[in-house]
Amino acid sequence: MNLLTLVLFAPLAGFLAVLLLPGGNPALIRRVTLSLSLAIFAASLGLAFGAPQAVDQPWIPSLHIRFHVQLDGLSLWLVLLSTFLTPIAVLVSWKHIDRRVKEYYAFLLLLEFGLAGVFVSMDLFLFYVFWEVSLVPMYFLMAILYLYTKAATFDYTELMQMLASGRLSLNPAEQLWLFLAFFFAFAIKVPLFPLHTWLPDAHVEAPTAGSVMLASVMLKMGTYGIVRFCLPMFPDAARRCADWIVALAIIGIVYGALVSMVQPNMKKLVAYSSVSHLGFVVLGTFSFTQAGLDGAVYQMLNHGISTGALFVLVGFLYERRHSLEIKDYGGVSTPAPWLSTVFLITTLASIGLPTLNNFVGEYLVLQGAAQANFRWAVFAALGVILSACYMLWMYQRAFYGETPETVRSHMHDLSGREWAAILPLLVMMVWMGVAAQTFLPRVSESTSVILKQTTVNVRFQVQAPGLRGRGLGEVANAR
Amino acid sequence: MTGVPLSWYLILSALLFALGVAGFLFRRNIITVFMSIELMLNAVNLSFVAFSYQLKQVNGHIFTFFVMVVAAAEAAVGLAIILTVFKNRETLNVDEVNSLKN
Amino acid sequence: MQHLWLIPVLPLLGFLLNGLFGRRLAKGAVTAIALGSVLLSFAWVVKTLVGLGALETAYIERYFTWFQSGDLRVGADLSVDRLTAVMLLVVTGVGSLIHIYAVGYMTHEGGYYRFFAYLNLFMFFMLVLVLGANFLLLFVGWEGVGLCSYLLIGFYFLKKSATDAGKKAFIVNRIGDFGFSLAMLLIVITFGSLDFGAVFPAAASKPESTLTLIGLLLLLGACGKSAQAPLYVWLPDAMEGPTPVSALIHAATMVTAGVYMVARSSAIYLHAHAAQEMVAYIGLGTAVFAATIGLAQNDIKKVFAYSTVSQLGYMFLGLGAGAFSAGIFHLVTHAFFKALLFLGAGSVIHALEGEQDLRHMGGLRTRIPVTFWTLACAWVAIAGIPPFAGFHSKDAILLAAHHHAPWMYWVGVLTAAMTAFYVSRAMFLAFFGEPRGHHHPHESPPVMTAPLAVLALLSLAGGFLDVPKFLEPLFPLSEGAHDFALVAISVVAGLAGIGLAALFYVVKPGLADAVANALGGLYTLVYNKYFVDELYDAAVVRPVETGSREALWKGVDAGLIDGAANGVASIARATGGLLRLIQSGNIRSYATWVVFGSILVLVAIGLVGGGAR
Repeated sequence: MNLLTLVLFAPLAGFLAVLLLPGGNPALIRRVTLSLSLAIFAASLGLAFGAPQAVDQPWIPSLHIRFHVQLDGLSLWLVLLSTFLTPIAVLVSWKHIDRRVKEYYAFLLLLEFGLAGVFVSMDLFLFYVFWEVSLVPMYFLMAILYLYTKAATFDYTELMQMLASGRLSLNPAEQLWLFLAFFFAFAIKVPLFPLHTWLPDAHVEAPTAGSVMLASVMLKMGTYGIVRFCLPMFPDAARRCADWIVALAIIGIVYGALVSMVQPNMKKLVAYSSVSHLGFVVLGTFSFTQAGLDGAVYQMLNHGISTGALFVLVGFLYERRHSLEIKDYGGVSTPAPWLSTVFLITTLASIGLPTLNNFVGEYLVLQGAAQANFRWAVFAALGVILSACYMLWMYQRAFYGETPETVRSHMHDLSGREWAAILPLLVMMVWMGVAAQTFLPRVSESTSVILKQTTVNVRFQVQAPGLRGRGLGEVANAR
Repeated sequence: MTGVPLSWYLILSALLFALGVAGFLFRRNIITVFMSIELMLNAVNLSFVAFSYQLKQVNGHIFTFFVMVVAAAEAAVGLAIILTVFKNRETLNVDEVNSLKN
Repeated sequence: MQHLWLIPVLPLLGFLLNGLFGRRLAKGAVTAIALGSVLLSFAWVVKTLVGLGALETAYIERYFTWFQSGDLRVGADLSVDRLTAVMLLVVTGVGSLIHIYAVGYMTHEGGYYRFFAYLNLFMFFMLVLVLGANFLLLFVGWEGVGLCSYLLIGFYFLKKSATDAGKKAFIVNRIGDFGFSLAMLLIVITFGSLDFGAVFPAAASKPESTLTLIGLLLLLGACGKSAQAPLYVWLPDAMEGPTPVSALIHAATMVTAGVYMVARSSAIYLHAHAAQEMVAYIGLGTAVFAATIGLAQNDIKKVFAYSTVSQLGYMFLGLGAGAFSAGIFHLVTHAFFKALLFLGAGSVIHALEGEQDLRHMGGLRTRIPVTFWTLACAWVAIAGIPPFAGFHSKDAILLAAHHHAPWMYWVGVLTAAMTAFYVSRAMFLAFFGEPRGHHHPHESPPVMTAPLAVLALLSLAGGFLDVPKFLEPLFPLSEGAHDFALVAISVVAGLAGIGLAALFYVVKPGLADAVANALGGLYTLVYNKYFVDELYDAAVVRPVETGSREALWKGVDAGLIDGAANGVASIARATGGLLRLIQSGNIRSYATWVVFGSILVLVAIGLVGGGAR
């Protein structure tokens, strides 16, 4: 049993362990969950240093379904993001959750298991199983099954080899439909405009920790899926649809920012800002450039940290004042200076101030977009202006000005537990903003492979019509 | 093959099964409904055993035992449910047990 | 190794110490940390420059790779050349003086440690801005000083007007940054790098259309940061911040970042004719436009704010006319006399316990003499009276403008006259005549007057620092001869401005109102700053906000998209309603269906003939 399987299954074991705890003792459950999640995070840190790890063994042999998990630069940081945020999610729900504590924390660990699983699965069926944790898009399953009927395997590595060697060839129509089926499943999760309207509502209903996990990690399942599967498996279709998808992404960037600006509810505001930020990720992905892809992956991590932190902080405010309406706040700076400072830093990270994390990702995405088509960058950069508008306006209304008595009587500064939850996020914001090279080389390693796969396959597709009569496999062998 | 021909067993089995179906469809008392189900199961068991004897194969016996085990388990669970329903509702009329529907 | 990194990192340390622990530290300790870090930084600048000697070529230190993607590598590299050297001395020198002044000015204010923490953070970013060896590092400083400006304008965060002004400054700057970012993207596409050392030498070989686009986009960025038309609107509002902030950030250093950036990119502008021409137009237009507004303002800080906008326009005019070194020269002298004007204004406001309206001042000449005499030095400097600082740099620009296009010279002279007029007007209203307020003015403490005295000295003699000569290796001197007639005309214009102001406000005090009444609509227009803020509000801010709320959020999001989703759902519900009819909930009816089903299957098997044989 290697470290990867350990990290993957430890949350599942933790889930069972927490379920077995006596339900009448919430303090014990909280402490056990916290220490478990911290231990898992510590263990997962080892993944960043050791050699690349993989497990590949038969799972359902009769259908050639394999238990194939693997880490690369794309999945590594996303797995770390999940394990990093779980203890924080535990901390922020410490007081907030007081009913069904056992189930809540147990399912938090189960969620961690599912998320980590999604990011490491190298078998489409396994990926689907983990994905099932959140959402069941039928057409996605159908697409996978269709692919299976053609390739007789669910294994990603094997599929890629078959595609590269030409043993598996999809005609343009097949590619397009498969691509669209995959893409829609992922795009809803991202969420890409105009499939985003579920997100603000979901955030408003969710408890703080739910919002944190949803925004920080679960949304990344969509963008991750696009980068990992849509691009290399159906490069031709992906390139053909790129213009349309980029258009949606850019509309999402501007639209999300504009709608965010007029939200009276903090959580909705942050949720719409996510629509805008994730538009950047999709834009970078479909620029088909090294900078764009690197930026997109980096932006996934950045958004996880800074938007996660925003939801944590909004949660802190909610615990005090029990309202999410911006108009119920005002002048918070005076009674809670540190809370305001931390909120300001997070706000600045979110609007892409250099030396904080989002800037590097946004810059790379814009650079990639500009290389693909300069006009894309022009429109997308509008989002950078607008982000300053909505975040600073919200900050001004909530934190500056005279403090009304209704706010003063509820507000107190950060407690030790709250510091423990938010400080790691702040450290990561600065670290990822200043020392981006800690993360980027590993990301580039994987994205350059994906980028190459999209070009290699396109070359085959382009050649195919001219060589009718000969199998693509023969073409490949002839080289 | 001497003695009772296979068809007789099958006719008996079919009659018992039809009785079970009729009872299931037309009676309102849950206990009776439940007994009707048992009747159907045993009708099927009878045809299994008859075929097994006829074909000199042991499969039918095995299935019969399997069905009996399941039926026993089902009886336990079913009766427990009926008991609880009666405790809560003070009725055994299936038509009155419809709170999931409404 | 000269350890250039120490120059910005020292103020950063000051920021961290004061920011994290300032609340618990004694006031003396906060002061020591804040002042010490900046003074040490200044000392380190001097030591470095002495150590580097003649500095004929750029001296570069590379520290670490910030990020890399594909072939694009962005490093944390600092470089010093002669332009940087000038900027470093101005920023740390004037910065130190203003820090000292602020100790006195802020001593009775709340949030003392917070103020100095922000000020130190500003110094850090400003020094990164001038030291950065690539565009992105310049941009780091650029955005960072914008942030500090936001924080310091909104320093009195209980006042809505202050936080509004801070937000406005940040957002308007973001519009400029939009241009700057796009310029950087285009530079990477064109040159494959962001390093100054790689971009500028290659500029000559690139197509002019691309360079022009880059130049225009950079200019948009510079317009935001240096408050040029049409993005100047944030600077007058920025006067909501404490006065030392207005002096340091909104007069001497940050707002000149745009000038520095354009001068730094001179290699691009020299090969992008249209873009450079645009720089001159924008500069000249802003200079005149802002000067006219300055004529009619009654808030002493607002007068100086519009004066700053106007003087920055002058610098752009110099850059656009090809006299980069003249632009930088004016940047330096302007840093001296405008910082002095603001600090002096701060001293006046301090003396009058917060009064900023010129109409309520008057007769202060004898009450606060030190402030008056130091301010008078700035007055003669900005009015262009020889041989004081402003005269030299302004004439360098005007001569270059004349060489470039004579009409620009004449417009520049007109602006010079207006400049002399409004500064004189402020001086006369504040210091001459009878006291109009009911205050008891008191002179500021030495900690405030000492920096005033130093700056006064620099305003008087700063013109003799031959900055253009020093910058010659970078920017060849423009060939325009020192035409005595042109110089004389501009000096006369300045004197005329002063004389006219004296006539209006000292000799015949009623005349100003009479003229204002006579001009009627024109005066109202200027007094209300041409209604530009109102125009932006009506044309941009409101439509965006209302459109977002009504059309996008309530229309598209709630109406169209959710409507479509709900439409699908209601179709499903209707179908379900039909199917529901067979779900009677009666077990026996289900059983009947099962029986019918089985019979159907049996009949079907019978008809087809069955499967097993």
